[in-house]
Amino acid sequence: MRKKNVSSLKSGRRRPAVSAALLVLGLLVTGGAYAAFSASTASAEVDLQSQQVITEGQKLFAANCATCHGQQAQGTEAGPSLIGVGSAAVDFQVGTGRMPMQAQGPQAPEKPVQFTDEQVKALAAYVASLAPGPSIPTADQLVNGNVANGGELFRINCAMCHNVAGAGGALTEGKYAPELKSVEAVHVYEAMLTGPQNMPVFNDLNLTPEDKKDIIAYLEYNKNHPSVGGLELSSLGPVSEGLFIWIFGIGAIVGLTIWITAKSN
Amino acid sequence: MSITAKASNYLDERTSISGAVKEFGRKIFPDHWSFLLGEVALYSFVIILLSGTFLTFFFQASMTPVEYSGSYVPLKGVEMSAAMSSTLDISFDIRGGLLMRQVHHWAALLFVSAIGLHMLRVFFTGAFRKPREINWSIGFVLFVLAMAEGFTGYSLPDDLLSGNGLRIIDGMIVAFPVVGTWISFLLFGGEFPGGDIVGRLYSLHILLLPLIVIAFIGVHLMFVIIHKHTQYPGPGRTEQNVVGYPVLPVYAAKAGGFFFIVFGVVALFAATVTINPIWSYGPYDPSPVSAGTQPDWYIGFADGALRLMPPHLETYWFGYTWSWNILIPVIILVVFLAVVFAYPFFEAWVTGDKREHHLLDRPRNAPVRTAIGAAGVTFYAVLWAAASSDIIATHFKVTMEGVINTLQILLVLGPIFAFMITKRMCLALQKKDREIVLHGYETGRIVRLPGGEFIEVHEQIDEFERWQLVSFNDNAPIMLRPNPRGRITSRMRARANWSRFFFEDRIAPVSKSEHMEALEHAHH
Repeated sequence: MRKKNVSSLKSGRRRPAVSAALLVLGLLVTGGAYAAFSASTASAEVDLQSQQVITEGQKLFAANCATCHGQQAQGTEAGPSLIGVGSAAVDFQVGTGRMPMQAQGPQAPEKPVQFTDEQVKALAAYVASLAPGPSIPTADQLVNGNVANGGELFRINCAMCHNVAGAGGALTEGKYAPELKSVEAVHVYEAMLTGPQNMPVFNDLNLTPEDKKDIIAYLEYNKNHPSVGGLELSSLGPVSEGLFIWIFGIGAIVGLTIWITAKSN
Repeated sequence: MSITAKASNYLDERTSISGAVKEFGRKIFPDHWSFLLGEVALYSFVIILLSGTFLTFFFQASMTPVEYSGSYVPLKGVEMSAAMSSTLDISFDIRGGLLMRQVHHWAALLFVSAIGLHMLRVFFTGAFRKPREINWSIGFVLFVLAMAEGFTGYSLPDDLLSGNGLRIIDGMIVAFPVVGTWISFLLFGGEFPGGDIVGRLYSLHILLLPLIVIAFIGVHLMFVIIHKHTQYPGPGRTEQNVVGYPVLPVYAAKAGGFFFIVFGVVALFAATVTINPIWSYGPYDPSPVSAGTQPDWYIGFADGALRLMPPHLETYWFGYTWSWNILIPVIILVVFLAVVFAYPFFEAWVTGDKREHHLLDRPRNAPVRTAIGAAGVTFYAVLWAAASSDIIATHFKVTMEGVINTLQILLVLGPIFAFMITKRMCLALQKKDREIVLHGYETGRIVRLPGGEFIEVHEQIDEFERWQLVSFNDNAPIMLRPNPRGRITSRMRARANWSRFFFEDRIAPVSKSEHMEALEHAHH
């Protein structure tokens, strides 16, 4: 006890418990502040018709998008025209971080979102103001679907590229269908509406709004219900199961055979 | 007399079983970890039988359409076959059912992998040589039967994945001109998928195939007892003896305990890791095919062969379409398996070796055999990797075409390079062994001689170790001599060529006189 006192006084250091407490406090403050900040941005309601928002979006567009899509969003050799793509396309592409594109490649990958939610909405408002197009779905378009029907529709329409468990899959020439487990419902809906990258458009005649709702319900169900069988191994099916048995199964078994035969020597 | 003694006496007086117990109990088995791989396969099979029996109580092998009404929400009210519906019931509504399904499937994967490893061990140590060639063939049949068992089992639940697998089999069958379509209709009871296939596969899966497997395992083990177990070369081990422990009490206890260890590992996997989640695959419907559709690992090499085949290879002859893009992979697979089957007989023909071999080869001491094995493993591994070409593409961020083209090239060049590299490595290791026998091992002790020269002191290895390094079969290429009729047949010529291919590059073991000379030299 005496020694402890001496050492902490002499060295002028804080006691470990104090350091830990400070660390926890610091983490709580920064984490809390971040949560409060991001919550405030996420809940922002933006009026896409407002002229002020559209002007704001035009400025952002000119600064961040016009290089490839042209000053009037008319398109250039580097990027397609955005006239008539609607707010849904912008919200999907910018809201998932795919745009602005990092580099030209087979496909724009998902990456950290570069804009705040208001800015994304402002961009969407500007592009939507150019010509009519599919608009961002409202919250009630995304809920109360039929899970079983959604599963069936998903297997028929989506699974050939996105995998039956939504684990993603390969396309040609380095393109791919991304995994869907981490995708927000609104972005799934927008992707079906607008057919981003290599995805076909699933318009309302092809998959009715009711069908889209069902598909989203199915995906949300899977998100909220992890596999009853235990670890999912990325839901990649027999390939990951095979790797598992060869690495961990055979690894463990061979280790055990060595153990068993080594004991007697 | 104790109760055990009385009981055993009672039994013996009525069955004369003591003779068999004495004979079997005194069987000696050598101790090495790689000798337990076959045992792992056997134990996995027992686990499969136990868990499979449980599953048969609840599984309905019928393709009658039903409306699912079990407790898995995303499939409620969906039309599916009774097979699929009962498999879902096993997974969600029967106590312990999912655990048993997962035990069954994980044990099946382990079964085939253990067989594969066991075969590799037997191959690379030359354990297939006389008198064990026939047992290699039996083991090979067991390997093929295991794949057949696996595939029929994979197809039973009638989920989307298994249906896609059957679709590929159907595609392979109908690729055969003239008879293909007839066979397909016969097998599926009409146009694919028909309404009969699950029931038929079920009979094969739970009755016919397991019976054949059990019979072949019986013969396989009987031969192990008749031939006695092989052993690695070592002090006191000869072609006439077996050095190890008796079955009773040592091996019986060890093997019994090991069974529970294997069961424990399988149960641990089954309890914690999902396998074949048919609920997320959904019921079979011929229209959807999921991305990332693969067979279980042991059928992967066949899937890979199909994926690596260049497209558009079709000809139209005699009013039939000849789909070479399917026929060629099928032929390649059959030839590959035939080579695996026939190798022991082929090697025996080339060497002309009629002696019995109970001492195993160290892989380096049979460089060409080891190299052929490495080439075979490479060939198989490339096909295997090809089966997951799409997953390689997405996970390593490369193009699918790039993966396929690379693997196509590797399929041809890989085995050739593997052969050359492995052969050179074996020869180099043999040279190293010679070096150690002749000049001893480096002690790391540096001595400065009076003249100023530095030398490292080499120490002779002890005679047990030396024996291991010098006693191996030294095969030389056979001489081509005319037969009694004074002729050299093309068969003899072929054999001589193969013999040259096998043995022209060889490192002879150190002879006694060479060793003496080296010792003499070292002393001066």
